[in-house]
Amino acid sequence: MNNIRKNRLKDQAFKVWGIACTLLGLILLLIFLGNIFMDGIQRINWSFLMNLPSRSPEKAGIYTALMGSLWVLSLSTIFALPVGIAAAIYLEEYGKKNKLASILEVNISNLAGVPSIIYGLLGLEVFVRIMEMGASVMAGSLTLGLLILPIVIVSTREAIKAVPKSIRDASFAMGASKWQTVYLQVLPASFGGILTGVILAVSRAVGETAPLIVIGALAYVPFAPLTPMDQFSVLPIQIFNWITRPQPGFVENAAAAIIILLFITFVMNGIAVYFRNKWQKKLK
Amino acid sequence: MGKEKNESVIESSLKRKYKLQAKDVNVFYDDFQAIKGISMDIKANSVTAFIGPSGCGKSTFLRLFNRMNDYVDGFRMEGKIFIDDQNINKKKINVEQLRKQVGMVFQKPNPFPKSIFENVAYGLKIQGIKDKTFLQERVESSLKQVALWDEVKDNLNKSALTLSGGQQQRLCIARTLAVEPSVILMDEPTSALDPLSTAKIEELIHELKNKYTIVIVTHNMQQAGRISDYTAFFYIGEIIEFDKTNKIFTNPEKKQTENYITGRFG
Amino acid sequence: MRRIKEFVIEKLLLSSALITIAITIGIILVLSIEAFNFFSEVSIIDFLTDTEWTPLFTNKHFGIMPLLSGTLLTTFIAIAFAVPVGLSISIYLSEYAPRSFRKTIKPLLELLAAVPTVVYGFFALMVVTPFLQGIIPGLSGFNALSAGLVMGVMIIPYISSLSEDALHAVPYSLREASYGMGSTRLQNSFRVIVPAASSGIIVSIILAISRAIGETMIVAIAAGQQPRLTFDPTVPVETITAYIVQVSLGDVQHDSLEYRTIFAAGITLFIFTFLLNTLSHQMRKKFREKYE
Repeated sequence: MNNIRKNRLKDQAFKVWGIACTLLGLILLLIFLGNIFMDGIQRINWSFLMNLPSRSPEKAGIYTALMGSLWVLSLSTIFALPVGIAAAIYLEEYGKKNKLASILEVNISNLAGVPSIIYGLLGLEVFVRIMEMGASVMAGSLTLGLLILPIVIVSTREAIKAVPKSIRDASFAMGASKWQTVYLQVLPASFGGILTGVILAVSRAVGETAPLIVIGALAYVPFAPLTPMDQFSVLPIQIFNWITRPQPGFVENAAAAIIILLFITFVMNGIAVYFRNKWQKKLK
Repeated sequence: MGKEKNESVIESSLKRKYKLQAKDVNVFYDDFQAIKGISMDIKANSVTAFIGPSGCGKSTFLRLFNRMNDYVDGFRMEGKIFIDDQNINKKKINVEQLRKQVGMVFQKPNPFPKSIFENVAYGLKIQGIKDKTFLQERVESSLKQVALWDEVKDNLNKSALTLSGGQQQRLCIARTLAVEPSVILMDEPTSALDPLSTAKIEELIHELKNKYTIVIVTHNMQQAGRISDYTAFFYIGEIIEFDKTNKIFTNPEKKQTENYITGRFG
Repeated sequence: MRRIKEFVIEKLLLSSALITIAITIGIILVLSIEAFNFFSEVSIIDFLTDTEWTPLFTNKHFGIMPLLSGTLLTTFIAIAFAVPVGLSISIYLSEYAPRSFRKTIKPLLELLAAVPTVVYGFFALMVVTPFLQGIIPGLSGFNALSAGLVMGVMIIPYISSLSEDALHAVPYSLREASYGMGSTRLQNSFRVIVPAASSGIIVSIILAISRAIGETMIVAIAAGQQPRLTFDPTVPVETITAYIVQVSLGDVQHDSLEYRTIFAAGITLFIFTFLLNTLSHQMRKKFREKYE
């Protein structure tokens, strides 16, 4: 076989290999999801959603964990959203050329790479202990808020960057101040992108387990939180807890809870993608 | 601007010979000198055209009058710019106030991604004007001035981005007119438009001249010849000749001007 | 009046941005102070050289090596799986695949990174381990192999997406030159494009390593809780992150030595990931300068 034919064969072989690799991850994911689905789908019913945790697998439900997740996600968004948007506005519109801005940028990209469990250690020391919040919803929300802050900042910056310079020029030429231009033109125009970023940040936060375990969110919480200072659990911690229990009934519970968690995660991702497309069309 | 509140309009405009003035202006971008020693006097209610090859400083000079160059890195200016006998680079001058007096239309139409109504009302809203009736009246009169009212009056809430290029540019002019400036700066306003839209806008400029002082940068010499009263020929940061348009195009003083006009270089 | 308002607004926005610096300072301070307290009781030599980690037993050892080896072992397995697969995907998508395929597949692949890690942990323990036990006799119920492989699946998009961007950024003119001389796509890819995009590809690998080192739930669920200085993938081990979880779930007194061990472990983890992230940032700067 001469060289040219050999090379062609190698080329084709790699093509096949490439397709196989591409599909491998997705096929594995499908297998995993299918498996989970089969294990857990039976278990999902209204009582599963509404029940409190219990020592017996048939009676246990995810109600407290769902409520805990709802509380924590809402509060952490309330913390991270204004701070993140404000920081992004500063970096994109005000602080462009100074040295501080480049330090801030490096710092933010660093924070985005810090393992989430480290945020848990930070939250444990500062919120739970020094500020004496205990292992409360408040401490958990602040911790998660810090974790998703870099995500909100980065995606808001992207959204702001996408607004064409010509719009700012037109606004300044009409005598608008910098803040008027940001508030009346840039922010409304980047709204879709910011919304997308927030939804993605929340869909990431809903699955976070380690930092909340570290601050002391309990695995067995027989009540739903009523105030921000109450103790709490969240859905992924509930799943983790059930996985570690020996009784076989709990495996089904875990699988069922995973289905719920994945449903929430994928729906949010889908909504984010939908909004991103809608917003990108609007700017054109 | 202008402290002559008690004199009549005629008296004050007789006193003020020129609307816009530049005295010994040099402009630098870091080490590069973009404008070399330009002085110029522009009369009120006239149309002045800046012509010349690309990169000769026409836009830079134009933007001195609304201080849009302030945003460019490395920008530095020597000399003075006067509007209504006031030096606009003094510290006490409020740049935002200046830009309400001096409007600008850009080369590529840049309407805001908002409704037609919101676009025209923007300049008023940023001044804090909220009265709905007032806004509606002003928007209507501005759109009528640019001959866009009949085309859009039933669709004021549609996005401005749905308009054609020519319509968008007229919208941008209407937006500028809504705040009732006295000067309008135009930076190649028709170079991105088709001939029909261009003609409509040239007609508009001709009508606007009665109420406003207009300075227009243009690459299109025929356009300068059609619509302007005075023309300035720029070449590499200097003004080679500045005179009545008629004279520039039929009997220029300088050979260089003649060469450019007749197309020997460009 | 207006000027004052603008000034105040600018300073408010600045203070929001400065919160991010406060977070970094907070992390460094918290880890350092507690680690310092830890090292006032445990010598740093012991910490670095002791081969056992048993802070919760009566006979206490505080050697970080077992946890470190657990972390590195699982990371190594994950990378060994994800790099060939991820790189092949990126080359295929960048040089072979039709545009429409690329557009559909890319978001699907990024889905792999969006799955919560506790779900991956479930897979590793309930699906992968039993499966592998059929192939590898003597594979224990908790082991580094299952956890590492599943981690590898999770980090595929980290490598494939970033590498693909790097490959895509290589100017088309290089491809034209290579194809013009009659090379196949394979030869072109490996001899011309990959070397040209090498710094971007390396950045993606560094980031993937950093992600794997910091991963918690997959290893906490599937790799075990037995700190063991070993590179045997078939036995239970414990990673730094899993140890922190283990202590947090238990009843450890605050202000005790045992409590401080999680910060000693934490600061070790932080140093590793910080160095890796800084390295990748520097490389990314150099890489951008190359093409701009």
